[in-house]
Amino acid sequence: MIVERPAPAVETTAESPKHRYIGKKRRAVEHRRFVLGRGKFAGDVTLPHLHHVAIVSSPHAHARILGIDVSAALALPGVLGVVTGDELCAQTKPLRQYLDMPGVDWFPLAGAVARYAGEWVVAVVATDRAIAEDAAELVEVTYEPLPAVLDPERAMADGSPPVHASHPSNVMYHRTFVWGDVDAHFAAAERTLQARYRWHRSATVPIETFAVVAAWDVGTNMLDVWASIQMPQYPEQLATALGIPLNGVRVHFDVDVGGSYGVKRGIKHSVLTAYLSRRFRVPVKFVEDRLENMRGGDMHGPDRIFDVEAAFGDDGVVRSLKIRTIDDEGAYPGRSPLQMGKPVGAIVGAYKIASVRYEVVAVVTNKAGQVAVRGFGQAPTNFVLELTMDRVAAAVGIDRLEVRRRNFIQPQDFPYTIPSGTEYDSGDYPTVLGKAERLADVDALIRWRDDARAHGRVAGIGVASCIEPGGGNAIFQALFNPKDDSTTFPEGCQVKIDRHGTVSAQIGVASSGQAHETLVSAVLGEEFAIDPDQIRVIHADSLAGLPSQSPVASRMAIMLGDASVGAARRLKAKMLEIAAYRLGMSPSDCVWDGTGVRRADGTGEIVSWMEMVRIAHVTYHKLPPGMDPGLQAQFVLEVQNSGRLPTPDGRVQMYPCQSFSAHVVAVEIDRGTGKVSFHKYALAHDCGTVINPDIVRGMVMGGIAHGIGAALYERFVYDDNGQLITQTFADYMMPTTHEVPPVEMVEHETPSPLTTMGQKGVGEGGYMSTPAAVVSAINDALAPFGTRIDHAPATPVDLLERMR
Amino acid sequence: MNDYAISVIVNGVTYERRIPPRRSLVDFLRDDLALTGTHVGCEHGICGACTVMLDGVPIRSCIVYAVQADGASITTVEGLSPDGSTLTPLQDAFVECHGLQCGFCTPGMLIAATALLREKPDPSADEIRDELGGNICRCTGYQQIVEAVQLAARTGGTR
Repeated sequence: MIVERPAPAVETTAESPKHRYIGKKRRAVEHRRFVLGRGKFAGDVTLPHLHHVAIVSSPHAHARILGIDVSAALALPGVLGVVTGDELCAQTKPLRQYLDMPGVDWFPLAGAVARYAGEWVVAVVATDRAIAEDAAELVEVTYEPLPAVLDPERAMADGSPPVHASHPSNVMYHRTFVWGDVDAHFAAAERTLQARYRWHRSATVPIETFAVVAAWDVGTNMLDVWASIQMPQYPEQLATALGIPLNGVRVHFDVDVGGSYGVKRGIKHSVLTAYLSRRFRVPVKFVEDRLENMRGGDMHGPDRIFDVEAAFGDDGVVRSLKIRTIDDEGAYPGRSPLQMGKPVGAIVGAYKIASVRYEVVAVVTNKAGQVAVRGFGQAPTNFVLELTMDRVAAAVGIDRLEVRRRNFIQPQDFPYTIPSGTEYDSGDYPTVLGKAERLADVDALIRWRDDARAHGRVAGIGVASCIEPGGGNAIFQALFNPKDDSTTFPEGCQVKIDRHGTVSAQIGVASSGQAHETLVSAVLGEEFAIDPDQIRVIHADSLAGLPSQSPVASRMAIMLGDASVGAARRLKAKMLEIAAYRLGMSPSDCVWDGTGVRRADGTGEIVSWMEMVRIAHVTYHKLPPGMDPGLQAQFVLEVQNSGRLPTPDGRVQMYPCQSFSAHVVAVEIDRGTGKVSFHKYALAHDCGTVINPDIVRGMVMGGIAHGIGAALYERFVYDDNGQLITQTFADYMMPTTHEVPPVEMVEHETPSPLTTMGQKGVGEGGYMSTPAAVVSAINDALAPFGTRIDHAPATPVDLLERMR
Repeated sequence: MNDYAISVIVNGVTYERRIPPRRSLVDFLRDDLALTGTHVGCEHGICGACTVMLDGVPIRSCIVYAVQADGASITTVEGLSPDGSTLTPLQDAFVECHGLQCGFCTPGMLIAATALLREKPDPSADEIRDELGGNICRCTGYQQIVEAVQLAARTGGTR
């Protein structure tokens, strides 16, 4: 099999010709519209005769729906119609879920049974949102409460009430992978330890809720959709659920998405809204209110119990790991169980651990469904790996930094294949850790901590490292479902040079803050040697654009970056041919020189950019015979080092590129309030070649803020009756400027050998490292009390209890 | 419910409208006046995305009724730049410092920071963090926002 791709940089950055634009400070081109208040978000889209939706939600954690009386709602002036779950379930196909779970169907509205408090039951369409909400209050639903199960381990036990009666077991997936000789390594180990960890349910909670506008056109039988979406295969899933041809769905990706970090997967919102538009023949807008979002938006993140065993020597070198993960998926697993699949690609972190047993259990309970969250499941897994390394260090009495150094994969080991089959492309972990250590000034931190303790204060230092896989891959679908043989996960870019010689590019995705227009224009500017600010990047709709899998998996610098390079190089090859023909030369005897082409020996005239443009567009008689007119090229890139199915024992090449970071933090815990404050936050970071330093830094800083939230504050808490009790921003606490400290950061560049510029991914590593680093620091602070924390978030109440 | 007549000045333009008394100010700005730069984040007065200036004071337009603004003068993000296209030093500094990513909280941040710089032309980082503590950003981790406000203070505040 030959997968065509642009050739990677052979040289490392040291000897490469210096880039014109790559790696240089440059303003993001998107920002101007945002600071002027001229962004176009899905909630800003309006259409003639637009109608609005309000939702009736289940108040019960689990209940049979006995009857729904909509007569009073329908009688309200301004109400166009009311749709119940019965109708929607009959008229649409179930939403896509990725496990093989016969009898477990997920629809936008509950049908016969509501399975969590807040699940949507009825949708009302009216001329404005306020009238729709009035009408929703007039809908009378009669329920018969059923026993609910909220604890994942109870849900796994025999005799538990089933969440889905047609699938009597609440365990939806259970598999144990064994990679390497785990039993032998444990038997031979000088030491072992066991620990249980709990990663509680939280999410990245964007400030924009999910918004969608759907317009069914009865004249063309087409569905137009504007949505705040960040989701692979969104148009396809809309078409399938609605039973309409995919070429009848046009998703407009030229909407700005108000943050996502994984969670903007409003497929149920979108199918519902599209259905309502088709049913009532009007354009329909649905913007979740915060309550619908928090309790019913199916956007909660991983909710896991980990049991871990480690086998290691007196020297602190870890030989083998056993990790058991129970993930509480909520009522509808959707895509979320695959978040236990992605960690397979970094299951040993940055360490040379020889064997792993990895057991995964996906359980359903009567809670809101989970969705992808920043890092796609790697944040909780890295939390556990890193806290386990801290335990190893404590067990053998070696410094935590030193234990990491002793276990690191070394620079000369790359490419390095971990036991689960994934090859890491490149890295220099000892150097990066050393940079973090120096930036943080660990010796000074130790003096600060010891002095604080001497004065009766509670202070500690934390450390964590993190592998951030980037590039994406569909492979966890096949890994967790043998009926799914997806291995393709492409990204495309189309580039045109018009009659005036200006350059435009089309990308097939919406952006949610990643500055893809800035990325693509920088890359094209570099390739064409023209000012990136003169290049226009537009977001094509789903019918006009090329295949895309959306900006997930820290992939766009890698995938969209290289697809853009590929398209640019195809165009440059064509232009070279045009210029060579004009010079009466063979293309192999000509070269690019700036924005023009000349003889390879450097003599003679330069055929200018505009002359090549004019030949291509205007003077067909000067074009090489048989060549198509115009200057346009496409490139659709498959993920580097991918395209293979898992082996029978579940070894996979997960993502192609591995970024790395090392964090060092120092915290103080207030003995009276349990509040954690930061004395120092420093990290060193390596995502290969940096394309835009400000964007890289922003991604890391934002991930750290999310990580601080997950480590200390954010949690979706259900009470014993299955009611979500943290469903507003007054209860679900997110870090503000007061909680996120100034962060010091140093960058290191180990180029990837797999990408054209050596770039890797950057979107998720901050979020994956921070919870471990913060709790590591808390545990160091708590050490004098002889206690520790093994869960996140570590709330003030938890800390006060431990400091008693 | 009867509609009420209100008259408000928004970004220097006087608008007279009849609206239901329950309409929030942010809905009035977005839906009645099509000024969609002001965003709705939580609708319960916590996230700060809907912050606008009401008679010179930053307020949360999601928990103010439009009728309460009758007779008032309001500045939204669209009104920060005098001609709607030349960036103010603060807007320019946000772009320069990458003080935003998705742009959704940005209008509220800009209004809050504008109010701060009017009050304190040369704020310390701590004062900036205090003033912006009521505006939640999920993208940036705030650091580049604080740097942007510091830069704006050096380059000309809210001029």
